[in-house]
Amino acid sequence: MGENALLELRGICKSFPGVCALNNVDFTLARGEIHALLGQNGAGKSTLIKVLTGVCRRDAGVILLDGQPIHPRSPRHAEELGIRTVYQEIGLVPHLSVAENLLLGHQPGNRLWINWKQTHRRAAQLLREIDLDIDVRLPLAHFPVAVQQMIAISRALYTPADGQLSRRPTRVLVLDEPTSSLAPAEVERLFAILRQLRDRGLGIIFISHFVEQVYAISDRITVLRNGQRVVTAPAASLGRVELLAHMLGHELASVQAVEPTARGASADAQAGPVLVRARGLGRRGALAPTNLEIRRGEVVGLAGLLGSGRTELARLLFGIDRADTGSLEIDGQPVRLGSPRQAIARGLGLCPEDRQAEGMIPNLSVRENVVLALQARRGWWRRLPGRRQRELAARFIDALRIANVDPDKRASELSGGNQQKILLARWLAADPRLLILDEPTRGIDVGAKAEIERLIQQLCRQGLAVLFTSCALEEVARNAHRVLVLRERRKVGELTGPQVSLSAILHLIATGVECD
Amino acid sequence: MISASCAAPALRRLFWPALALVCVLLSNLLFAPGFFRIEIRDGHLYGSLIDVLNRGTPVLLAGLGMTLVIATAGVDLSVGAVAAIAGTVAALLITRTEAGLLTIVTVPLCVALLAGLCNGLLVVGAGLQPIVATLVLMVAGRGVAQLLGRGQIITFEHAGFETIGGGYLAGLPCTVSIVAAAYVLAGLLTRRTALGLFIESARDSPTASYYAGVPVGAVKLFAYAFSGFCAGLAGLIVASDIKAADANNAGLYLELDAILAVVIGGTALTGGRFSLSGTVLGALIIQTVTTTILTRGVPVEYTLVVKALAVLGVCLLQSAGLRRRLRGSAVPQ
Amino acid sequence: MRRTFSRADVPLAATALVCAAMYLACGLRYPHFFSFTVIINLLSDNAFLGLAAVGLTFVIVSGGIDLAVGAMIGFSSILLATLITQAGWPAVPAMLAVAGLGTAYGAAAGSLIHLFAMPPFLVTLAGMFLLRGAGFVINLQSMSIDHPLYYRLGAMAPAGLPIHAVVFLAAVIASAYVLRFTPFGRMVYAVGGSASAALLMGLPVGRVRIAVYAISGACSAAAGIVYTLYTFSGNANAAMGLELDAIATVVIGGTLLSGGVGSVLGTLIGVLIYGMIQTAIAFEGTLSSWWTKIAVGGLLLVFVLLQKIVQRGAGGAVPRR
Repeated sequence: MGENALLELRGICKSFPGVCALNNVDFTLARGEIHALLGQNGAGKSTLIKVLTGVCRRDAGVILLDGQPIHPRSPRHAEELGIRTVYQEIGLVPHLSVAENLLLGHQPGNRLWINWKQTHRRAAQLLREIDLDIDVRLPLAHFPVAVQQMIAISRALYTPADGQLSRRPTRVLVLDEPTSSLAPAEVERLFAILRQLRDRGLGIIFISHFVEQVYAISDRITVLRNGQRVVTAPAASLGRVELLAHMLGHELASVQAVEPTARGASADAQAGPVLVRARGLGRRGALAPTNLEIRRGEVVGLAGLLGSGRTELARLLFGIDRADTGSLEIDGQPVRLGSPRQAIARGLGLCPEDRQAEGMIPNLSVRENVVLALQARRGWWRRLPGRRQRELAARFIDALRIANVDPDKRASELSGGNQQKILLARWLAADPRLLILDEPTRGIDVGAKAEIERLIQQLCRQGLAVLFTSCALEEVARNAHRVLVLRERRKVGELTGPQVSLSAILHLIATGVECD
Repeated sequence: MISASCAAPALRRLFWPALALVCVLLSNLLFAPGFFRIEIRDGHLYGSLIDVLNRGTPVLLAGLGMTLVIATAGVDLSVGAVAAIAGTVAALLITRTEAGLLTIVTVPLCVALLAGLCNGLLVVGAGLQPIVATLVLMVAGRGVAQLLGRGQIITFEHAGFETIGGGYLAGLPCTVSIVAAAYVLAGLLTRRTALGLFIESARDSPTASYYAGVPVGAVKLFAYAFSGFCAGLAGLIVASDIKAADANNAGLYLELDAILAVVIGGTALTGGRFSLSGTVLGALIIQTVTTTILTRGVPVEYTLVVKALAVLGVCLLQSAGLRRRLRGSAVPQ
Repeated sequence: MRRTFSRADVPLAATALVCAAMYLACGLRYPHFFSFTVIINLLSDNAFLGLAAVGLTFVIVSGGIDLAVGAMIGFSSILLATLITQAGWPAVPAMLAVAGLGTAYGAAAGSLIHLFAMPPFLVTLAGMFLLRGAGFVINLQSMSIDHPLYYRLGAMAPAGLPIHAVVFLAAVIASAYVLRFTPFGRMVYAVGGSASAALLMGLPVGRVRIAVYAISGACSAAAGIVYTLYTFSGNANAAMGLELDAIATVVIGGTLLSGGVGSVLGTLIGVLIYGMIQTAIAFEGTLSSWWTKIAVGGLLLVFVLLQKIVQRGAGGAVPRR
């Protein structure tokens, strides 16, 4: 990159207790460039950004801005250095007016008096620079998210002209998942502004998991995986399948080869009658109308990248979110699921993706966590006697081979892998008919993964239906009788039996087109 | 002082409140030996200790209900007002009607239960903050009590009813038996049914509990209804004790004392498990301290200051903020 | 200061409507209601409530709550009375000392709340205990104040308004200015609207939080001083339960309990509504004063539910995960 480099990160290392988040990562940003940063969960992109924006301090490495080393101490300090961030949650105050949100902390006037007229005028001027013409006196919440985001960008770009010399003009703009809540037209508008800013010489770091959008807007793409930089290449010369392979860690060659899989090859004789049938099930902003069928004794895999709609589908099936369109049938009966309790009553169970926040009850004991769903189903009156609780806990700790666990220990003290197993135990104890597993093997060691897979196969032979999502495509290919492929919130394909192979799945995700 | 594991959890959590009670009692032993004297007159027990148990019953009862409400991440500021309403209704039934003892006791309790349910509905159904929802009843409830009583203190005489507050059962005051029964009932409801598990689960992680099928809303409703019931019981005892219903002063500061009892007893406002036994200990501590202060001749006014400092001190110790600061800020920065 | 009408203005508009409707209803029902005297009395009788409510508005807009305002009135009134009458202090230094103490107390409460992440309602509840108790420790009985300055102040009536009403209105005007035209005031709204966003924006959230509690302490101490001007005495028992009335007037005035929205103008209207309820009940003769409590509680409920409905309706623009 040399002299044209606006921002250079060299050899960045960062570790947290027990995990190495960044391992010798390099990243450069040129003047007048939009550089996308991609990676799945745990890849390290948010840690890299935190290091850059001063939220946490790096362990090793160098950050150069315009060739000068910098040491951002806090977000405010990073702002003063010229690195501005627009967060996914907008980070503005909804009840205050647009003008105020833009200029809060830098209003024209002095400590004793705000010049409102000038404030409004300057705010309107700022927004005109990005082609936004709105009434800046209205409260922020009045406007749709897309507009709020542009206002946030405008605030990030704003530099008060007079008197505040410590605040350098914006050189680097970091956008964290800016398009998650935007409609396609709004995305286009945002991109137009980003291109404008790029042409003015700004360097933009664009973090997203929407692959198509990344290709549409970025000049270069960097992929992180497991804390390391895997590839940096111009967007024009990086193919989609290749990109995916980098993100997921497969050798390109092996991906392109056709591989039969054991599971896919054996057509399912065990699959019974249809248990769950969804027709056109969808929710605005979350999932396009989707058809889905799950039979008893069948393992259905949902393959797709982060943000492709897998979790959204799981939530719709489990009654957490309400569907806008379509219908759901369980055992041939049409149902409207308004809450998890209703879904559970019909025999469904869900292991959520976010184990910590939505799965475990951290301060309850392991035993209590295991019996919770079963107890909830039985109702408050028929309490499971202590002995039965201990039996259940012991049985599943054994079955899932959770080593060295005291059932009375607090659940928060278990390792990630064991927590997942306990979560699984909870639902198995409740004896469901359909078990939905959202990323069940994330953060689990190989041995535990194998056990879970074995257990699932065994349960399916006994009639349990399983729907599971995973980023680890070879797992999906290995275990599923059928695979639904999701891409950017819509279903792009379904593979059954012998069609199920890693390469087929990858192709569908990458291109949205079936390959044969 | 949260224990590292859940082993022997109940006993370990009670350690500090029990220790505090022992300290208070010991200091009495050293400085006011008459405190522990118990006499038997007419087959009844008398003495300062009995006094403590007797006078502490309204706080004990309100504390039991408050424990469950706080365990659902809420608070019930209306217990004093509900107690006043219950006492007034009972007094009205005695003086205006020929109702039997059963009616005199049941109707106010039903009213109190209903009041608690209203609080619960506002919190669960309308999604109001618990402080606000119960504040409404706290403000309006006293007005309603005064309205019912026409602003006057209603005195009454009813042998049956008076035994509730003033009578004796097997040597001990009736109030003690009532509190014991309430404590046992609460304990059974929370530990012998799944309610205790649901309450702690819902408090610890509402989302995860919701996804696991725990009826989070119903649990909260129950807690507020139970708190109302306990407040009503407390109100009956107060009214029976003074043989009058004073809408203005009955249950004054009851909510504050109840919260203090819960907090001292180890149930933190910010989360974690709850302990009914801890609340009992906490209420006993408060009452012992109050009685000690009175018997030593220290003016009553000081009790408020002492209670305030106690609440602040205990909450400070429990607060996460303090722990963070003492540990020297382990936040990565 | 032109502002376009939006959803956030609905509570304040509703309050103004209720106030106007009440005024008309009272005027039609009671003869002599439409007189200047009644308005003066409204402002004057509720001056100390209003003053406490003004300080409380700052706290509630910033997202907190202060349950100790009534106790502070009692404490500061008896302290002031003791300083002047028993300790022989000159009046003005005594008043300044009391106000300073109130501010210091508020800052201490705010520090506990912010630095140790303790829930505001608990800290201020304990504060209420503490101040009441401290007041009782100073003197259980009420103590009258007999001081020439008081008589002089009592005789003053600028524009026909007694001095305590003037102090109240002055506080309203000053607070309205601070909240609308100073950076600090706008930061109060930001912290209440979204503390996390305020942090991301680089605002000094901690200092703002401590400052609003200090302001509330100062205002309620001032309310205590005004109380002594009103009654020519100090009484630790004063203003029992006033915090609830103050919160009610603030909420009725259109300030959201969750913070971020509100105005002292609304609080002023809320105080007027409260005063009208009391006056109407007094005029009515047959109704007893406890109807005030029921009416206030009922109005509080209605307005809080109204706020919830408005909030739910306006939730559409929030980005969804």
